[in-house]
Amino acid sequence: MAEYRLKTPLTDEDVEKLKAGDIVYLTGTVYTARDAAHKRLVDLINENKELPFDLKGAVIYYVGPTPPKPGEVIGSAGPTTSYRMDPYAPILIEKGLKGMIGKGKRNETVKEACKKHKAVYFGAVGGAAALIAKAIKKAEVIAYPELGPEAIRRLEVEDFPVVVVNDVYGNDLYEMGRKEWEEK
Amino acid sequence: MRVVKYDDIVKSIRDMIIYSTTHLSPDMKKALEEAYKNEKSEVSKAVLKQILDNAKIAEEEWKPLCQDTGLAIYFVKVGEDVKVEGGSLKDAIYEGTEKGYKEGYLRASTCDCFTRANLKDKVGYNLPPVIYFDIVPGDKIEIEYAAKGGGSENVSRATVLAPAAGKEGIKEFVKKVVSDAGPNPCPPLVVGVGIGGSFDYAAVMSKHALFRDIGTKNPDPELDELEKELKEELNKLGIGAMGMGGTETVLAVHIETFQPGRMCHIASLPVAVNIQCHSSRHAHITI
Repeated sequence: MAEYRLKTPLTDEDVEKLKAGDIVYLTGTVYTARDAAHKRLVDLINENKELPFDLKGAVIYYVGPTPPKPGEVIGSAGPTTSYRMDPYAPILIEKGLKGMIGKGKRNETVKEACKKHKAVYFGAVGGAAALIAKAIKKAEVIAYPELGPEAIRRLEVEDFPVVVVNDVYGNDLYEMGRKEWEEK
Repeated sequence: MRVVKYDDIVKSIRDMIIYSTTHLSPDMKKALEEAYKNEKSEVSKAVLKQILDNAKIAEEEWKPLCQDTGLAIYFVKVGEDVKVEGGSLKDAIYEGTEKGYKEGYLRASTCDCFTRANLKDKVGYNLPPVIYFDIVPGDKIEIEYAAKGGGSENVSRATVLAPAAGKEGIKEFVKKVVSDAGPNPCPPLVVGVGIGGSFDYAAVMSKHALFRDIGTKNPDPELDELEKELKEELNKLGIGAMGMGGTETVLAVHIETFQPGRMCHIASLPVAVNIQCHSSRHAHITI
């Protein structure tokens, strides 16, 4: 298990060195999107329209934060369960997405896309929402404000702590970890 | 007949929501500290450390422990000799919920099942709550509240087993639910199990089982034993904190049965498993 500090946007070179189980501290721009925003992004791609942000090397964080109190950059902002984004993730990966941050299992199609197009799936700690908010230095809604917590936000993060769950080599930390610790 | 003021109930509920979504309860804190001590996997230990650090930050800043501040769930026991003045008890719970979530800067997580639209301006901010009322002797109102997140609710399951399945069948079902859930519901978990009653009531009991403080014994010695056995066996699954592999998957198993006795229909054995994530936000007040 290695530790890396990486800057976004991510390159092929960045993600090639990551293995399932590695700890990564991300710094730079990260975009937020959940189910509803994903559906809209994929609709735009299918209609050949421009996306609200550049997917090349981008990292998307699956989060719907609590409203900020006056003076706060963002409210609590932990990851949501990722499988709901599985139907949309492969096409985004194909179009250049390099990283996804969430929690919970991904399906085989997403894992295959990660292998084929060199992208990684990071796990953040669900429920560590107040702690993760500390790593978020700026937040700005850039699309779909009507979606409220599900709007697309541009976040500037510093040392956002994540763990590599699915790497570009087809490894899956959830399967590996469980195999290692399961008592039959 | 004792009289309780509507506005007092609204305020008590509002305050309970804001406090309990930002302050992890002492029983949960203790259970997580123990899990941190016992965890053998390095990755899971690091996860548990983040969870404990998060609780500290949340408490200091009165910031929500988790962004999923849940559906508001209530179990309410109303004394036969108490009367609410100035409005209905149900309305007071609705108003207290809306105030707590709005004024506490908590997330409004309810939406239309079909359009998925947030109807906070039409239906109300994070309304409606789920409320189970019961009428009991006495002149008090007891309100238990939990902020129930979606991730752990999504992997909860209910079934009706054949009576021949017996205790072993119950254990197999619980194990299957936790195993299938894997990393998704944010382990380490509290596992609520409802046994008996009807199909629907088993689920209600499995939810109520989550309100019991961790570390308290089941009053039924046989069920207390079953809870311990299940916890041990579930921890052998190797899921670990956030599913990253480890020895501490389950903080506690709590079982409730249909009382008095441990009853169900002669043809049935209903079992429900309600999964609770490590951010178990539960509280109660007596008015």
